[in-house]
Amino acid sequence: MSEIWIFAEQRDGVITKATLELLSEGQILADKSGYTLCAVLLSADDSDLLQLLYNYGAKKVYSAVDPKLSYYQNDYYAKVIADLVKENKPEIILYGATSVGRSLAPTVAVMVDAGLTADCTELDFDTEEMLLTQTRPAFGGNIMATILCPNHRPQMSTVRPNVFKKTEIGTKEKGEKIAVKADLSSIKDRMRMIEETHEESDAIDLSEAEIIVSGGRGVGSKENFAIIDALAKEIGAGVGASRATVDAEWIAHFHQVGQTGKTVCPKIYIACGISGAIQHLAGMQSSDLVIAVNKDPEAPIFGVADIGVVGDLHAIVPELTKQIKASKS
Amino acid sequence: MNIAVCIKQVPDSDKVTIDRETNRLNRVGVPSVINPFDENALEMALQMKEQYGAKVTVITMGPPQAEQALREAISVGADEAILVTDRKFAGADTWATSYTLSMVVKKAGDFDLILFGKQAIDGDTAQVGPGVAHFLDIPVVTYVKEAEKTDTGYKVKRVTEEGYQIWEVDGTAAFTIVKEANTMRLPSLKGKMRAKSAPITTWGAEDIGAEDAKIGLNGSPTIVRKVFAPPIKTNRETIDNEDVTQAVKELVGKLKERKIL
Repeated sequence: MSEIWIFAEQRDGVITKATLELLSEGQILADKSGYTLCAVLLSADDSDLLQLLYNYGAKKVYSAVDPKLSYYQNDYYAKVIADLVKENKPEIILYGATSVGRSLAPTVAVMVDAGLTADCTELDFDTEEMLLTQTRPAFGGNIMATILCPNHRPQMSTVRPNVFKKTEIGTKEKGEKIAVKADLSSIKDRMRMIEETHEESDAIDLSEAEIIVSGGRGVGSKENFAIIDALAKEIGAGVGASRATVDAEWIAHFHQVGQTGKTVCPKIYIACGISGAIQHLAGMQSSDLVIAVNKDPEAPIFGVADIGVVGDLHAIVPELTKQIKASKS
Repeated sequence: MNIAVCIKQVPDSDKVTIDRETNRLNRVGVPSVINPFDENALEMALQMKEQYGAKVTVITMGPPQAEQALREAISVGADEAILVTDRKFAGADTWATSYTLSMVVKKAGDFDLILFGKQAIDGDTAQVGPGVAHFLDIPVVTYVKEAEKTDTGYKVKRVTEEGYQIWEVDGTAAFTIVKEANTMRLPSLKGKMRAKSAPITTWGAEDIGAEDAKIGLNGSPTIVRKVFAPPIKTNRETIDNEDVTQAVKELVGKLKERKIL
């Protein structure tokens, strides 16, 4: 029976949201292709993780448990997955396009001669050719490309977080654990993480944020970012920024959205005072719903907006915060 | 120290045309620059050169005109430049590109460190750095912001979604560099002069001993089925009301309609 594998990414012993989204999308592909949906989990302890993967549709979980697999270490992770691929020959493997998936998948791809398509925003299964169709933006989002991998297996993709919806099938789903004997002794010990810091722990990670409020040059100053922060706080959103504001040092690069910043894909993106340079659009235009606030009705940002509000953000944004607050009470 | 920096020449403008016949990108006539992230990799190499003493070699695979990117790299301080160009490389995906660059690095000499930008802004794949590292059997750390030499190798700071990680890496290594690392210096007048006349080593597929089956289209597991313009949003709703309270009420109404609030 052919299989679709989802790389189950765990960080500090917690399965990431991106993994659950991939399982849900994998389920759709499994239904179309007739393949079996499986997860691949590398961890130091899988006891609290397996059930969640079953609940999101994994029929089988290939689970490698070893203290050395507690965090993503490219040599160990890539070797374990490459060995599993060679033994089990899955048709498809999906990874989250995270700092882990985007580093691990390319290594696995060259180890097993697989094709790899980065940063997909759309997946489908062509039942005539029995191929995964992988669609992704390129050239800063100016074009979309659909990529196939006709003659190599597995067909691998990294997939942007937040593109697919996660759907839990049940809370007590049954699945099968395949215990993987990971032989890590043969791997050279040549790299190790010695420290990890979670900075800006109160800042929401933009790549996984469901809502982002972003400020651009129109915000005007470092101090004025407070109104962006206030709206974000009110609606539980992450704070984004255009390159111009980062260059002006109004806000840290951590928040930058766009070609040289982060690529984000939230459910709602609220662009405040952002004109919409192509480099910025590249980082956010696959958001589900784009709301733009700008005083220039000709601003390019309106070209990608679902709802455009023409006006001064300094008046509109605080009023929006106020009205949302009022509607809650 | 011997440092290699792999760079890519990318279109400067967003005006990239597509060859509808072949579904390939037509880069001819589009102004080109060094991929912005590769500038960060190059600057990191130049800073290490100043700190530890090093020879910096820039390598690019591309059409003959990619020589311009190498000359630009020389103008800011790179010591040597290698252009790998061959019609046989055309159509290479990241697998074939990784293989090709690894063969170049092997032929070019004994490097202590190989640097890449975190990704190229045209393809945005971020795959070539890890790919090359595997072919060379060296460890790779991605999204590196800072790197220092140690007795046994390197200590680097890696940027993650949540913050930072510090990694120790032994021996020769590959890193992919993020934008936060630095800003590339400007060329000096002397550098510009040198860049004009500096020799550029040019190699083809045979020179690097690449197997035909592993380069260009032949060596690429992935193919582009189609390229298309992203769908344009046609049903945009506009709120244009000078009364701010009313405008925001309208907006809140629309958000409620969509069950967002």
